[in-house]
Order: sequence, then structure tokens, then C-alpha cells
Amino acid sequence: MTNTHSKKFPPLSVNNLSMRYHHKPVLTDVSFEIPEGKTIAIVGPNGAGKSTLLKGIMGLEPIMDGEARFFGEPLTHKRLAIAYVPQREEIDWDFPINVFDVVLMGRHGQLKLWQRPSAIDREIAQHALEDLGMWDYKDRQISELSGGQQQRVFLARALAQKASLYLMDEPFAGVDVSTEKTIIELFKTLKAQGKTIICVHHDLNTVGEYFDWIIFINARLIAAGPVHTVLTKENLNKTYGGRLSLLNDLTETMYRTQLNKAHDQE
Amino acid sequence: MEGFSLFPPPSFWENWLHFWRFEDMNVLWVLMGSVLLGMSASVIGGFAFLRKRALIGDALAHAALPGVMMAFLLFQTRDPLIIFIGALCSSFLGFFLIDWLPKNTKIKADAALAITLSFFFAIGLMLLSFIQGMDVNNKSGLDKILFGQAAAMTEGDIKLLGYVTIFILITVVLFFQKFRLIAFNQAYARTLGIAVNRYELLLALLIVMSVVVGLQLVGVVLMAAILLTPIAAARYWSNQLAHILIIASLLGALSALISTQISYLAPAMPTGPWMVVSLSVLFILSLLFAPQKGLIKQHLNYKRLRQKVAEENILRTLYKLHERHQFSRHHFTQADIQSFRSMPSSCLQSTLKKLNRQGLVQSSSQGTTLTQAGLKKATQLTRRHRLWENYLNEQAQLSPEQVHQHAERIEHILTDAQEVQLQQELRNSQQDPHGNQIPGATLSKEGGGKN
Repeated sequence: MTNTHSKKFPPLSVNNLSMRYHHKPVLTDVSFEIPEGKTIAIVGPNGAGKSTLLKGIMGLEPIMDGEARFFGEPLTHKRLAIAYVPQREEIDWDFPINVFDVVLMGRHGQLKLWQRPSAIDREIAQHALEDLGMWDYKDRQISELSGGQQQRVFLARALAQKASLYLMDEPFAGVDVSTEKTIIELFKTLKAQGKTIICVHHDLNTVGEYFDWIIFINARLIAAGPVHTVLTKENLNKTYGGRLSLLNDLTETMYRTQLNKAHDQE
Repeated sequence: MEGFSLFPPPSFWENWLHFWRFEDMNVLWVLMGSVLLGMSASVIGGFAFLRKRALIGDALAHAALPGVMMAFLLFQTRDPLIIFIGALCSSFLGFFLIDWLPKNTKIKADAALAITLSFFFAIGLMLLSFIQGMDVNNKSGLDKILFGQAAAMTEGDIKLLGYVTIFILITVVLFFQKFRLIAFNQAYARTLGIAVNRYELLLALLIVMSVVVGLQLVGVVLMAAILLTPIAAARYWSNQLAHILIIASLLGALSALISTQISYLAPAMPTGPWMVVSLSVLFILSLLFAPQKGLIKQHLNYKRLRQKVAEENILRTLYKLHERHQFSRHHFTQADIQSFRSMPSSCLQSTLKKLNRQGLVQSSSQGTTLTQAGLKKATQLTRRHRLWENYLNEQAQLSPEQVHQHAERIEHILTDAQEVQLQQELRNSQQDPHGNQIPGATLSKEGGGKN
């Protein structure tokens, strides 16, 4: 539509997003906007709905209410601009495939139906692997990789998408020191190119160092903003100090009774 | 429709010759049809297998039965296309039920599969017995659909089989990359904007088609084995999906060849069980003899490793004996060795023999002594052992009592590069946590790194 103005829109804006698992509320009424060209961490305790938030944004899990917009438009209009890195645990690493073919998968968003990756796609995949120091492993079976190497392959695959917004689910989980350094370097390079990175992150010790922005989540939005303004004791207490049980219970009752539907039909 | 099953009764040998001379053109056609089916079913079953939905083929085959019977009842014909469409419809109905139940009820996926399978199969059997009680023509071959009978196939059956299987093979080749992507990481495929649901439906259609078209050859009951056994066997031979699928299709083809032949030579034999038995034999052969993942190869690898560990342990024991005597005494008896390291005498003697053969030790009437090469290797092992003990002690804060057992194992697998790294990280320490000297860092070119 108004593509010329798309610069004005934030890479990602989430408006009144609510998600649930069966009748249990996972996220309630989350809204935020993120700036372009920054690294952003989504932080919260276990079960706070961090991964669910990413999946909801990416359309992988159903959203109850609200929406996510990318550069001002719905996901379907901006697919090529977004790259998603799932959690490593979600994959069967015994699958018979080698590293290079996994990275080439990043190019399939651009390919039609039965089209196979071209020489250009292969070149892009090669650069992505080189950037992450994994080119020497290109013919390796993925089952032979260490945890850090698996993560690098996933990042290379996202890199091969040549997107402008990267959503990563716990990229630092269970990786070795050198992989952690590589990922930080990658963030710097991507930021220098004006790209935006959103990560689910679990390590409070490094969050201030690795990221520009923080989104605190615990079933609802606690705070979102630049590190120096939101990384406060108060916000940490709110995030890790347990959920608001009344909010939780009543929202669950609302879902169970289908009150929200009944209410809207009046 | 002429039945092929009316062979003259003479000898088995004559029958066999008759079969392979293709005097009857139909034999050739049935053979080709079954080979194509074996190939396409193995390939499409491969994707179901990789997506961990192995049982879906079984359920779909059973779900096809009522469709076959209904089509026959309604149209009173054995026209292959009508039967095919009937089977396709009821099989798809089964597919959607299996898909719908877990999403909309409290029934879990495995239960949904079992319920659908038995429900459809029961209806199919009821209709079959009903038809058999009826007074209609053509009904004679219908019961063959339970276990498959290649010899009972008509020309029309085979033509349809050919078209469908070739369609399946071409589609899989065309969409290979997308199918693989979805099988590997479905959620990721969705984020790329790939119409996952459409490909899933296509895959389901291909599975249903290959199941339905294979009914007459393999039978309802055993169809699942044709989908799954080839890929299970082929996984032992390769790590590349494309190769695995090719191997699976060859195995499928081979078993089809064997079973079709038997069905002709002994017309009372149903094809399905033979196909499954021959596939299972191929699977067992793969399981045992595959070059890297086969059980025999793995057992040999383990034996070799045990041998290597036993040899290296003796070399290290000899080194320690040398050290204890300040390198002044050179010959040690088996009793000396056993006093340092307890191991069965038979194992000690056979390992010493092997070390002798490799020129690492020399045994004489005075006892056993390390050769030059043996000493070098023993020194290296000891150095690695003690470096690792140091590493654990300094960097992992383990007590000197804790580190020995661990180092006993790690010494066998440390590589040259890792040894150098250890020395750097430990800043060339000279003594291990027990106060023993770490023998000089003369890195040998051979030895180590073999693992």
C-alpha cells in the first residue's frame, strides 16, 4: 500500500496481544513498539510466555486477541523481511541432512513451488556459513554437531534469509564461549547494517551488556524500553516476583465461561 | 478380465522359466507394476516415517476397505477406476477424522488413529461379508484385497497402478526440497511463508493414493510395512535423505520383485505377506551389515577400542614401572605388571603378544621391556594422563583423589591439538597433582588423534 512511508513504521509493533493455552492465559494484553537497528531482549522467568510471544508474533500459535504488525503491515506482507530462529530443542537433530542443506533452507521463502536453490542462493548460504565460522562444517551431518555449532547453523540459516528483522528464541542457551562471542559479533554486524534483532534471553548478567533494549514479560508486559531506563530493581522485582494471581485466575475463568464472546455479542 | 492364476500345474522349475521368459506379457506388466508400487510406496512412506507419523499409512489402508466395498455395492462393477475412487474417498475420510479428533476432542492422536483404523476396518469387513452373501458376478476377487494377490490383478488394475505410482514418484522428485524442509522443521517452514498446509495435504494425498493403489498387490492389513520398512532399512546405509530415499525405493522394488514372482509360482500364496517378509529380511540384513551403522560394524569398533585401551594401559603400566625404578631397570615380569594394574592373565598375555608384534615391547626370558617406539608412546600417554589430571585439578577444582579415574579414560582419546592446548592453558606445568613429573613435551607425529 503506502510503501514509501514504511520507514516511519517501527519494525515490530504489538498491540493488545493476548494468548492462551487451552483455557490458561499465557499472555494478557501485551503492547509495545520497538525501534529500528537495535538489539532487543525479551526477559522474564520460566513460563512467563517469552517463547509463546515470539510464536504468536510469527503466527505459529493462535492469537486470541490483538495483532502484531511488521513495518506497519501484517506478517503476510512482510514475510521476506523477517527471519525466525526457533529453539534448538524443537528440532530432531537426527534428521538425515547436512549443514549446507539446512542453511539453504533459509532461501526457500524466495523460491517458488518446486524451484531449487540457484547458484546465487548457494553463494548467499556460503557467506552466511562463513560469517559464523561454520564453512568447514558444511558437509557435516547435523547430528555430529555440538550445541554451539547447531546454534550457529540455525543463525546461518536465518542470515541466509537476508531479512531486516530477526526474531531469535534463546540463541544463547547452552552454547560455548566462542559461539557466544560469535553471536555478539554477528549482532554488531547486523546492527551496523541497520537491522533489528529481538531475542528471548534468560541470562540477567549479560542482558545489559548484549542488548540495547529490554522487554520485561511475565504473563503481561512489565516494562519495555532502553536498558538504562528499564533495567531497574523495581522492574526486576515485578518481573520475577510472581504473577498477579487474581489477574490470572479471573482471566482463566473468563476464557472458560466464554464471557468475552458473550459480552461482545450484547 | 482373464485371471492369470490359471497356470498349468507342472513343475516349479518350468513355472519359473515360464515366468522369467515373459511368454505371458501380463506377467511383465504385473511385475513392472509391483516394482513401481514398491518404489513409490517406500519413497512416500519415507516422509511419513521422518515426520514421525509412521502409523498413518496403516490407518489409511484400513480406512480404504469400506470405500472399495461401497464402490462395488453401488456400481456392481470391478472397474479399477471406480474402485480406486471409492477407496480414495473413504481413505481420505479416515485421514480427516484422524486429523480432526485430536484437535477438537480430548482424544489424543494415537487413540484417534487406533479408533479410526478399527472402525473403518470393521465396516469394511461387514460390507465384505455382506457382498459375499449376495448373488452377484465378479465378487470373487474382492476378498483378495485383505492380503494382496498379484496374480489376481487385471490389465486395468495394472494400468491404473502404473499411472498413479509414476505420478507419485514425479511429484516427490519435484517437491523434494519443500517436503524435506517441512519434515525437518515445520514451524520454520511456516515462518518462511511456505504454504505448509497445502504441502501437507499433497503429501497426505500421495500417501492415500499409494496405499489405495497398492491394496490389490499388498493388501489392507500389511500395507504399512511397505511404507515403512524400506526407509527404516535404508537409514542404515546413508545420511543423505536423497540417497536414503533412492535406497529405500530399490529395496521396495526388490521385495516387490520377489513377492510377485512367488505369487505366480504358487498362486495360493498371497503377495502381501511375502513382500513384508522379504522386506523384513532386507531390514535385518541392513541392521547387521550396514557399513557404518550396522550392528556388526559397531561391535567391531567397540572391540577395537577395547583392544586399544588394553594395549595403552599396559604401555602406561610399564612406564610407571620404569619410573619407579628410576629408569635403571628395564625388564619387568607379568607379575610386576599385574601388581600395578589388575587385569586377567589371559588378557594380559594376549595383549603383550600384540604389543610385541607391533614392536612396542619386547619379551624375552628376563621379562618384558619397552622398545624405543614403545617408550615414546608410553611417555605420551603418561603425559596426557597427567596433563589432564592437572587440568581437572586446576580448572575444574577437583581434588587430586578425584582426577585419576577420569584421566584414566581421557588419556586414550586426547588428540595432539588438544594436548598442545592443554599445555598452553596450564602454562607448561611440570608436575601432576600427585607430585609426579610430567614427562617432556616431545609431541610425536603418530599416535594419538586416531580417535
